[in-house]
Amino acid sequence: MNIIVAGLSHKTASIEIREKLSFSSHNLYAPLQKIVNLPTLYEAIILSTCNRVEIVCTADGSEKVIREIKIFLADFHKLSLKEITPHLYFYTGQNAIRHVFRVASSLDSMIVGEPQILGQLKAAYRSAVENKTTGSILNRFLHKAFSVAKRVRTETGIASSAVSISFAAVELARKIFDNLEDKKILLIGAGEMAELLTRHLVSYMVKELYITNRTFEHALPLANEFGGKVLKFDEFFDNLARMDIIISSADARDIIITYEKIAEALRARKNKPIFLIDTAVPRNIDPRINDLPNVYLYNIDDLDGIVEKNRQVREKEAKHAEAIVEEEQMRFYVWLQQQEVTPTIITLKEKIESIRLKEIEKTFSHWEGLREEDKEKINALTQAIVNKILHSPINFLKTKGEKNRFPIEEIKKIFNLNDKEDV
Amino acid sequence: MQITLLSFFKQIDLYLFYLTLAIYCIGTINFLIYLIKPRPLFSHLAFYITIIGFVFHSIIFIFRYVTYACFPVTDLPQSLFFFAWCFVGVFIIFNFKHKIPVLGSFVTPLATVFLISSATLFTQKPVQIPPPLRSIWLPIHTTLAFLGETFFGFAFCGGIMYLIQENQIKNKKWSHFLHRLPSLQTLDDLNYLCLSFGFFFLTLGIITGSIWAEFAWGSYWSWDPKETWSLVTWLIYAALLHGRLTIGWRGRQAAFFLIIGFGVVLFTFLGVNLLLPGLHSYESFTSP
Repeated sequence: MNIIVAGLSHKTASIEIREKLSFSSHNLYAPLQKIVNLPTLYEAIILSTCNRVEIVCTADGSEKVIREIKIFLADFHKLSLKEITPHLYFYTGQNAIRHVFRVASSLDSMIVGEPQILGQLKAAYRSAVENKTTGSILNRFLHKAFSVAKRVRTETGIASSAVSISFAAVELARKIFDNLEDKKILLIGAGEMAELLTRHLVSYMVKELYITNRTFEHALPLANEFGGKVLKFDEFFDNLARMDIIISSADARDIIITYEKIAEALRARKNKPIFLIDTAVPRNIDPRINDLPNVYLYNIDDLDGIVEKNRQVREKEAKHAEAIVEEEQMRFYVWLQQQEVTPTIITLKEKIESIRLKEIEKTFSHWEGLREEDKEKINALTQAIVNKILHSPINFLKTKGEKNRFPIEEIKKIFNLNDKEDV
Repeated sequence: MQITLLSFFKQIDLYLFYLTLAIYCIGTINFLIYLIKPRPLFSHLAFYITIIGFVFHSIIFIFRYVTYACFPVTDLPQSLFFFAWCFVGVFIIFNFKHKIPVLGSFVTPLATVFLISSATLFTQKPVQIPPPLRSIWLPIHTTLAFLGETFFGFAFCGGIMYLIQENQIKNKKWSHFLHRLPSLQTLDDLNYLCLSFGFFFLTLGIITGSIWAEFAWGSYWSWDPKETWSLVTWLIYAALLHGRLTIGWRGRQAAFFLIIGFGVVLFTFLGVNLLLPGLHSYESFTSP
């Protein structure tokens, strides 16, 4: 039994190719069934995200399986083999185990350490379980992958910090306010960066969003999209004291939010913290307000600085994570080998025992006048011989088979265990 | 026979003490690694080690209670020992409830220092307190007072954490600490909580103390240095609590105040005993 991974990712294929080869995550029944119905395959999972499409499966052998999967992918998406082959990668055995562990731990992601991939992998696994295309090996394998991902998360700092500007802004907001659910955001203007930041903050459960713009109509589309309220530009100062997070991106030549305004607002809100992000160039917010207590002002360069620093931390931690993956990969591989040892031993024992019973039956049937006690003695004798003979091959399997496939194959060949006909 | 048994107990006591101290040191080191390395694992390790240390710590405490047949806070080393016990105990409960393991990186070093100072002062002979003072008020008064001081100690740690975190966010000095330390909101809430609890227990401690004084010495209040300084401590924290509730004294200023306040707490606890003679100094128990 072999674990095989076939797929493509942001590293091997452009977005156009990935789109063409992706599977709808809502309807995986048909493709999963098609895969497990391939003659050499047993179990399968399809992981399809915007950055990767991967098929994880168990099968006998590897070359034939890879060919079959390639053909399946081409047929299913109505593409030619020539089109897709250069973008595909295949992993088998230990490499496949390592690859899936790395994917789950977010080491293979576009942004290393981003947490979404684990959820996507879990969803992919769930849908394979629902469609009954997983068995004992893949069940154990995927659960192991989830626990490896958890280990990587707790033992390394790979996921401890944000590596994009909008994530950094959200992280900062949460380092100031902890919980963003009951916070009020004010968006001034409609710059692209400010919109992106707002989108992120809103996805973190921020419920109250206010938008203001010199041209009232320009605020409306954003307000509709995020479910925010529009404030008239000349009115928003009156509401300043209520705002916890202020994002500005107004296209103005002058400073809109002055030191005095914020000092006043701060008094009115009994020193509760205010977090301001100035995305505008030239700046909309007086930089001096950062000197006020409980006021935190950031501009895009500041956020960029955080991202750069975090990226360095992650790169360092990724090395430690790779070591964990390697260790877990070895451990799982040993387990996988054991899975083959036990069934082989059982088949071997069963086969020899059935030969013994058949021969005894034959002998007893035309041996007249044999007493019951003698029958028992002969039985015991044959059993002893069989046990003695089986002792060393079983021992051989147990000690060597865990590390290596080779002995298993040899024993199977010697005792002809693959073919049940001649028993 | 009696004497040999007592010295035997003392021997066991000593071994257990060093064991506890060693466990706390390991726990503290893990907590400090957790503080500087971005690996969450160390916090779990450190926390479990601290719990194990606390179990031994408690065993010694019970052991002493039995050996001396008295609530063992009657001399300075034992008081420090009990103070450290309160510190770790409250931290364990706190962490189960609020999940702020990084607090351990500040609390456990302090507790370990208390325990070490308890050991260096160990050479003193334990003072047998006279029968009139052996009443139910001894454990009640001391436990309440120490709980109050423990919470002020936590507020002190919270204050330091707040200042570090606020400095990082304000001045955009980005380091790994930013991820390690909780949010400003959490720290401010923590400080407020500890301030309230500390104030509550200190108030009760002072009240029970004066009731006990009335029973033992026939006077509710006699202006001995310990009493005076307790009152000073109480006033400082009362002012802070008041400022917070009325004019929104929060954040940095509050954190500074909490740090200074704990300095006064330590002086009331240690300084008064070591520098100023009075009714509460352990040596004078025999002649009030």
